[in-house]
Amino acid sequence: MPETTMEAGGGAAAAQFEPKIVAFFCNWCTYLAADLAGTTRLKYAPNIRVVRLMCSGRIDPQFVLDAFAKGADGVLIGGCHPGDCHYESGNYKTLRRFHLLRRMLRDLGIEDERFRLEWISASEAEPLRIAVNDMVEKVRALGPLNLAVPEEQHAEAPEEVAVP
Amino acid sequence: MTDKPKVAFYWCASCGGCEEAVVDLAEKVLDVVAAVDIVFWPVALDFKRRDVEAMADGSLAAAFLNGAIRSTEQEEMVQLLRRKAQTVVSFGSCSQLGGIPGLANLFDLDGVLASAYLESPSTVNPDGVLPRPHSEADGHRLTIPRLYETVRSLDQVIDVDYYLPGCAPTPALIANAVMALLAGTLPPKGSVLAPDVALCDECPRKKTKPEQLALAAFKRPSEVKLNEEDCLLAQGVLCLGAATRSGCEAPCIKGNMPCTGCFGPTSRVKDQGAKALSAIASMVESNDAAEIERILSSIPDPVGTLYRYSLPASLLRRKRPAAGVATKG
Repeated sequence: MPETTMEAGGGAAAAQFEPKIVAFFCNWCTYLAADLAGTTRLKYAPNIRVVRLMCSGRIDPQFVLDAFAKGADGVLIGGCHPGDCHYESGNYKTLRRFHLLRRMLRDLGIEDERFRLEWISASEAEPLRIAVNDMVEKVRALGPLNLAVPEEQHAEAPEEVAVP
Repeated sequence: MTDKPKVAFYWCASCGGCEEAVVDLAEKVLDVVAAVDIVFWPVALDFKRRDVEAMADGSLAAAFLNGAIRSTEQEEMVQLLRRKAQTVVSFGSCSQLGGIPGLANLFDLDGVLASAYLESPSTVNPDGVLPRPHSEADGHRLTIPRLYETVRSLDQVIDVDYYLPGCAPTPALIANAVMALLAGTLPPKGSVLAPDVALCDECPRKKTKPEQLALAAFKRPSEVKLNEEDCLLAQGVLCLGAATRSGCEAPCIKGNMPCTGCFGPTSRVKDQGAKALSAIASMVESNDAAEIERILSSIPDPVGTLYRYSLPASLLRRKRPAAGVATKG
């Protein structure tokens, strides 16, 4: 069960930055781990918004970029352990895409800690709790992503420049 | 002046290749000139901005606008032409997607100016003079357009009716578009005037593309002797045909060079670079993280390669400005 903000941060909670993290979990492993965490009343940070997909291999890199573009401070992908993919090779495709996408995000100024891949099986509620809490803390330390909104940069009046 | 439909051509942040593409219509350009009056075309004809301003709103049948938008002047000119033209056609990759000039979105404006005016090996600028919006010379106050921090595609600035893709659009597509415009047979507004399938579909090497591609390294064309028959991906060269719209008739492939993606994505794809990344990365022949990293390191510049023509039109549009740096308009 996700903790409330007050419990997580105590009295200082109101001023604390609460990262928004979009989590893409596969139907067969990580989503079930999240379900198990719920039924066993494990507490973890309430900052993730879970999107369930049939397979982590379904995650189009466009989904990740769209999440960042629409205000996510981090994106977490959860899939089955290597060798355990319900569809045999979906998670390997995810692994390959993850490595190239993380490099591309780095070149676009988005830190590695904001984009994370975890293999979490259906029985691993505790590793899920640890991974989510750890990611939330790391993204919290980085602060808001604050992607510039390009439209807003074009309204300014021309500046005067001193002539030597 | 006759009562033939009036058209305008204009260029923004571009190289001039799109203007060349119009000339490349060769004898077909005579059909075009016979059918329309070109009333504004700075590269070829001596009409001025005030001539455009004097026209009635909506009096141009069409304006063909190439180049990305990165200065105040370009923004003003395309807004002016939008008012004067019934139909605006975004002409070429830079206008449609941001193009090569859009790669400036990997830097901030100070970095772009420093590179162009101070640091490049061919620059001779001992006084470190940078362009400034206002200056005075011999008692005259001079003004030049300002550059924006972020390069934009045309449809991020004005309403666009149609897109002619390509770096540059091919003569066949241009002629088709002009004739469709004159005949009133254009498709629905917002259409890209080229086929809506991937380049692989019309690739002359399509038959040699393996069912499953597995690559242990990505090679640059200069690093490998390419044969002229087999799928370039199968030969280990990063070809973006699978993530790029067709309609160009594959001149690069026919020249034994890989597709670099200038026709942009198909209508089902929002972000060409992300989709290309998805296709390319899944071909890596390994399930081991360290080995995957090693194989992918043979792509030296993922953003510049996968977003070569489309960074400003991508979902993120630009590199994230460094924290605490106020972006200047």
